[in-house]
Amino acid sequence: MSRLLPIALLAGLVVLPLALGSSPYVLNALITTGILTIGAMSLNLLLGFTGQLSLGHIAFFGIGAYVSALTSLGFDVEIGFGYRIVHEPWPAAIGVLLGILAAGACGYLIGRLSFRVRGAYFVIVTVSFAEVVRLVALNWVELTQGPLALTNIPAVTLGIPGLGTWTLRTKLQNYYLVLGTGTLCYLIIARLVGSRFGRAMRGLKENESLALSVGINAARTLTIATVISAAMAGAAGSLYAHYLRIIDPDIFQFATTVTMVIMVVAGGKGTLLGPVVGGLIFGLLPVALRPVMAPEAQWMVYGIVLIAILFVMPKGIVPGVSVLLARLRSTRSVPVLEASPAVPR
Amino acid sequence: MSPILSVEHVGVRFGGLVAIADLHFDVREGEIVSLIGPNGAGKTTAFNVMTGFLKPSQGEVRFRGTGLTGLPSHEITRLGLARTFQRTSVFPDDTVFDNVMIGLHRKGAQASRAPLFDALIGRAGAAERRLRARAEELLDWVGLSERSQEKAGALAYGEQRLVGVALALATEPAMLLLDEPVSGMNASETQVFVRLIRQIRERGVTILLVEHDMPMVMEVSDRIVVLNYGRLIAEGPPAGIRSDPAVIEAYLGQGSAARRAAAEAQEPADA
Amino acid sequence: MDQLIQHLVNTLILGGTYALLGIGLTLIFGIMNVVNFTHGALYTVGAYLMYLSVAALGLNFFLALPVAILGGLLFGAAIELLLLRPFRGSDIDTTMLVMIGAGIVLQSATLWIFGGVAKAIPSPFPEAPLDIGPVSVSWLRLFVLGAALALIAITYALINRTRLGLAMRAAFQDADTAALMGVNVRLVYTATFAIGSSLAAAAGALLGPVYVVFPQMGGLAELKAFAIVILGGLGNLKGAAIGGFILALAEELGAGYVSSGYRDAMGFLIIIAVLLYKPTGLFAKAERIG
Repeated sequence: MSRLLPIALLAGLVVLPLALGSSPYVLNALITTGILTIGAMSLNLLLGFTGQLSLGHIAFFGIGAYVSALTSLGFDVEIGFGYRIVHEPWPAAIGVLLGILAAGACGYLIGRLSFRVRGAYFVIVTVSFAEVVRLVALNWVELTQGPLALTNIPAVTLGIPGLGTWTLRTKLQNYYLVLGTGTLCYLIIARLVGSRFGRAMRGLKENESLALSVGINAARTLTIATVISAAMAGAAGSLYAHYLRIIDPDIFQFATTVTMVIMVVAGGKGTLLGPVVGGLIFGLLPVALRPVMAPEAQWMVYGIVLIAILFVMPKGIVPGVSVLLARLRSTRSVPVLEASPAVPR
Repeated sequence: MSPILSVEHVGVRFGGLVAIADLHFDVREGEIVSLIGPNGAGKTTAFNVMTGFLKPSQGEVRFRGTGLTGLPSHEITRLGLARTFQRTSVFPDDTVFDNVMIGLHRKGAQASRAPLFDALIGRAGAAERRLRARAEELLDWVGLSERSQEKAGALAYGEQRLVGVALALATEPAMLLLDEPVSGMNASETQVFVRLIRQIRERGVTILLVEHDMPMVMEVSDRIVVLNYGRLIAEGPPAGIRSDPAVIEAYLGQGSAARRAAAEAQEPADA
Repeated sequence: MDQLIQHLVNTLILGGTYALLGIGLTLIFGIMNVVNFTHGALYTVGAYLMYLSVAALGLNFFLALPVAILGGLLFGAAIELLLLRPFRGSDIDTTMLVMIGAGIVLQSATLWIFGGVAKAIPSPFPEAPLDIGPVSVSWLRLFVLGAALALIAITYALINRTRLGLAMRAAFQDADTAALMGVNVRLVYTATFAIGSSLAAAAGALLGPVYVVFPQMGGLAELKAFAIVILGGLGNLKGAAIGGFILALAEELGAGYVSSGYRDAMGFLIIIAVLLYKPTGLFAKAERIG
């Protein structure tokens, strides 16, 4: 059943635009929700499976967006001492790839730096890192145009040799691009979590001393997890840039990281489906709330919901529901049940 | 025969407090050695130094000739020195089986050159199957096969200890440090455990244990090292230790109230 | 040279309020093991309470300051009682998430009530700065420094000279043992959070009149407080006080000699440097013993 659920969900998401008649407003909401959900899945890899909270996840997202945009737009900047770097525009697909690599590289540096000491340090380092990246995007006007924004970012062009190329300009095409990327990220995370590496992450989270004593290298494991997580966030960010075709330093808002955190915590951290469920709810909720609420009131609701979930369902929706289902089943049949597994397989 | 582990003039100070003063002893390959002493004598501190959880203020611990000072814990495990913990000996939210799978981390590394990549492309199947077989073997060996699918955190205390031993054995150590393995066990559980310790030794693993249960220590040990107030006060075979005046003085010289106070003063550092 | 002296004077003035911010945050972390993500929001609350009292209610500037500090105290106590007490015993991540939620609520409430337009708080001090040789300081800023130093002194006295302070120090060492010895740890926690919050509110109330007041002002202040606390060592009060001045110095020199756009990036550079060379902070005490 728990194996079928993700497949059913995927099937539902594949046919969703057909069912909704692909109105641009709804499609836009679905695409941004999908992109944020990928961000939430990447955050969950850290927060849920290693217990490390990255509060600067938006930095990786934004770096992916900017690197990808700049690669495909080209730039010409002076780097001091009279030297200039001139870059001619490259295809957007290469931009996405470089965006992912750049975000992963930043994840590596942050991991190496903060996992010498853990816990609160990682949180503080990541949140500060995001602020610095925002300052760079704002102040390095020659490269990023600063608050004037990078505009006319090209759409992604996919090519299959012998079959031709497609430029993904329409919303529907972008929807499927995001869905495909999200599915890929889900599969990667599922593989990782079920592997030896996933066991090392869980071991560190549950009992660090014991994990060290069986030979698990904490700094290395956590750094690798950060790299993968950052790279996925970077992928989400570069999709965002090529979908919106315009990005400015506002992309680095702390609020976006918090949205991802809420998605993960509400859906169920440390579960594969949690961030997807949380992502869909909190990605689409603003769309539902927009007609009835001012944005600041909406944010207040978000804050209250986050606190309420921690009070009522501290493990999140997915584990909460599976415990509920298990209880329902046990009233019908006798066998002893096991509490919801941390990872639905 | 050359020692497998030598503790060379190790001292540990916390601020002004001397936890261990100039501890010096050897363990030879294949031995079962016990480290005993009244509460607060510095036994757990000594364990933490040997396994890299604590840096000594002076001296050096050598394992098979390699100095351990400054090595992180996971490196020490790689050299073949494993340990168990006094209190938190399991990964509580995982099943007993998955606990041992986590313990087989090192063995998994030997199976493949790029395990992370293999896992991603789904090529880790064969290696995983070998690990699973090994995990079942280990569980069978410590007698926990029937508990394999239960959450480790939900097991009885004594059973959690056995999981801890299975975890340590999963690293295929040449030497095993057991931190109060039978505390909280009843007499028959202790007997089973004593047999287990002997079996482990028969497989060629050297054993050093810290323990309070004197009958158990006397029964299982080849040699006993006695600590008091961070100093070595006696060393020798069980028979000699039993009649050593310094040891008797150390254990009887303290009133029970003083001993309790000492117990509270030394928070065991197994975290 | 004159410019350098001016920067040093500015450092002193800015450093006082930074130290307040840092002490409040590190106090809460040290005693309660809570990373207070409402710290920035409470800083904002302090500034807006000052604005409300002075500009809207017409209260005397010097009376408004204690009102803002008291307000921070009450807000802090309420947050602790409502949101932290029920989560006692939870892991640090859970309380961190609760605090993030509370911070969002506070910040968006401020935005909702006061709107996004920045407000100025009128001050009773003369516009003309005080000129001493090459250095020029506004009277307001001098007052801010004096008030910050006075508040730091009061906090130290509170911790080192009172029964409550003794209980706080006991809980800092080991909450369980303190409870066994008859310390009312629940009360200590509430008091600690309230005091830490009031220091954040005080910093906001003092810097509000110097700059302007706007709902997002707390975000940066919070990041700076984090940098100060890492610099001084998590949970180290003296470290936080000195860290406040070091961060102010770095910002002044960075803004003066490198680029004013990156003034706010100095905190992060400090964090990196500390983590690279002295990960436990400049003045760390051992996290635990044995």
